[in-house]
Amino acid sequence: MRRFTLIALPYLWLLGLFLVPFLIVLKISLSDLNLSIPPYMPQLDISAGWSGLMEFFSELDFENFVWLTEDDLYWKAYLSSLKIAVVATFLTLLVGYPVAYGMARAPSEWRPTLMMLVILPFWSSFLIRVYSWMGILSNEGFLNQFLLWTGIISEPLQIMNTTTAVYIGIVYTYLPFMILPIYSALEKMDDSLLEAAEDLGCSRLKAFWLITFPLSRAGMIAGCFLVFIPSIGEFVIPSLLGGSDTLMIGKVLWEEFFNNRDWPVASAVAVVLLMILVIPIILFQRNEQKQREAEG
Amino acid sequence: MAANGASVFAPWDDPDQTPLIRFENVTKRFGDFTAIDNLSLDIYAREFFALLGPSGCGKTTMMRMLAGFETPTEGKIYIGGQDMGPIAPNQRPVNMMFQSYALFPHLSVYENIAFGLRRDGQPKDKIEARVEDMLRMVRLQKFAKRKPHQISGGQRQRVALARSLAKEPKLLLLDEPLGALDAKLREDTQFELMDIQEKTGTTFVIVTHDQEEAMTVASRIAVMDEGRIMQVATPDRIYEFPENAYVADFIGDVNLIEGTATPSGEDEVTITWAENQQPIRAKTQRKLATGQKVFYAIRPEKVGISKEEPTDVVNKAKGRILDIAYLGNLSTYHVQMPTGEIIKAQSANTRRIARRPFTWEEEVWVSWNGTGGSVLED
Repeated sequence: MRRFTLIALPYLWLLGLFLVPFLIVLKISLSDLNLSIPPYMPQLDISAGWSGLMEFFSELDFENFVWLTEDDLYWKAYLSSLKIAVVATFLTLLVGYPVAYGMARAPSEWRPTLMMLVILPFWSSFLIRVYSWMGILSNEGFLNQFLLWTGIISEPLQIMNTTTAVYIGIVYTYLPFMILPIYSALEKMDDSLLEAAEDLGCSRLKAFWLITFPLSRAGMIAGCFLVFIPSIGEFVIPSLLGGSDTLMIGKVLWEEFFNNRDWPVASAVAVVLLMILVIPIILFQRNEQKQREAEG
Repeated sequence: MAANGASVFAPWDDPDQTPLIRFENVTKRFGDFTAIDNLSLDIYAREFFALLGPSGCGKTTMMRMLAGFETPTEGKIYIGGQDMGPIAPNQRPVNMMFQSYALFPHLSVYENIAFGLRRDGQPKDKIEARVEDMLRMVRLQKFAKRKPHQISGGQRQRVALARSLAKEPKLLLLDEPLGALDAKLREDTQFELMDIQEKTGTTFVIVTHDQEEAMTVASRIAVMDEGRIMQVATPDRIYEFPENAYVADFIGDVNLIEGTATPSGEDEVTITWAENQQPIRAKTQRKLATGQKVFYAIRPEKVGISKEEPTDVVNKAKGRILDIAYLGNLSTYHVQMPTGEIIKAQSANTRRIARRPFTWEEEVWVSWNGTGGSVLED
């Protein structure tokens, strides 16, 4: 009985905070737009009894999902999000790996401080941090002023309101999620492995490629998923830093919901996004499990 | 160890032999701490050489300098006559078996053993044959495809050994190779190591803090303390003829009796050690001054114990049994002199315990002859 309660707790949590909201969104996505509060129909009327319930179900349809395939805005937005997320994840890996490596190789008394510095940005609001990037990247921003002052450029660079700004924003925001799993993989690596590799005839560089790199692969995969999964549906960064030509599904969803007040289509967009994300989430879980088995 | 025809393997006694390894006035400092203090040492080819000492004595630093992971602050190290100063670890004819084994967790047993061979760019079939040989030597053919975490501790130890021997190094370094194994397995593995050493003819240098292990496997032992070598000799000489009190005390059990020496004829000395006790008469080669402070070291198994006063022995003392340590085959008696000194005597338990001749608080005589112990200068 105790055992059952213990297992039931996380399942109840998932049921209440994931499955039920998902079912509500799914239901809305199958409904039709209506000028009412809330702005869709049918509404479930329990007082009507069995026949009311049957009528309710009969009015649900996949019309909104069909609509998503008919207007090319949606699949273009999905593809563009996917592309931006993949490129941004790769860039985060490129920046994050050397940082994690440096942290893991630092003297052990320095590591807690370095770790603190990586986590510190989380102490201020995400929104404020993205806004500050506007101050840095805009035409009159710090970056352009600095580059003009040094004489490297004579005209301010147009970074703000481009996809480049979105990449910068995503890399900056999600960098800790990349650094931490890679760091934890590198940190627990036994230094004598590298000495053994050297002893057996490797140069330092070769030892890195043959030993360090493969042993941090699980950390890299975990970091990539942790960056990829949230950035594909990212809304705040593209809407604040990206221009009108940056197409991301999170932004489309927001506009559908708040500007068009088309809750059913917005919900359909969300459901499809979730379906797309289920695949990397499952792969992520599998990677974690494999990692645990390898350490077992 | 390996016998050379009829003669005993003892290249260190032969002035014509050139050593494989030579430490020449090597000093190693880490900041203010001196790990190795002006140390010189020769190790010969085909030796199974043990560096023995407590933790922090510098034995691991010695080994890491041979492997090339540390460089001497002063002095030089030669391997095969070549100065190792400018030579990187991956260029040395030396391989090391790490204390943690340092097996690559993402590679199979086979790939671990093949790792060094692949770095040399040897042809594929040659690598394959060599790895197979190594697997056969350590009896792990069946486990070639397993990953290190899928095999037992003893098997991992053998993979580490096979990996470090695969490249046929001139010199194999073993850093506490049996530390992680349980007592029974450790004993078996010691003999296996000796077998493999003899078969391959490789020079082994082993670092250990376990004196029994060093005594069992080594052709010669260097006992180290605080960055200096206290004595280098064969196991039996280290045990029977320790050169100083440190070595006598570190290796095995010993009675260390402090006294003042009076030379009393050819190779003989008399040591006054306690009030109302007959002075100890001992043989020694040392030239001692009258009144010099010395230690007399005698092993408990060389001290006899009896109820009656023995008549045919030169050294004897009367005391009271304070403690008896029963070890099964042996018993060690702690006999206290009236002046407080304790002398340990060991005797074989040839009879059942109920018929033991001595018991606590009994008055007994301890005795030993003049050649049983060693006279050590302070």
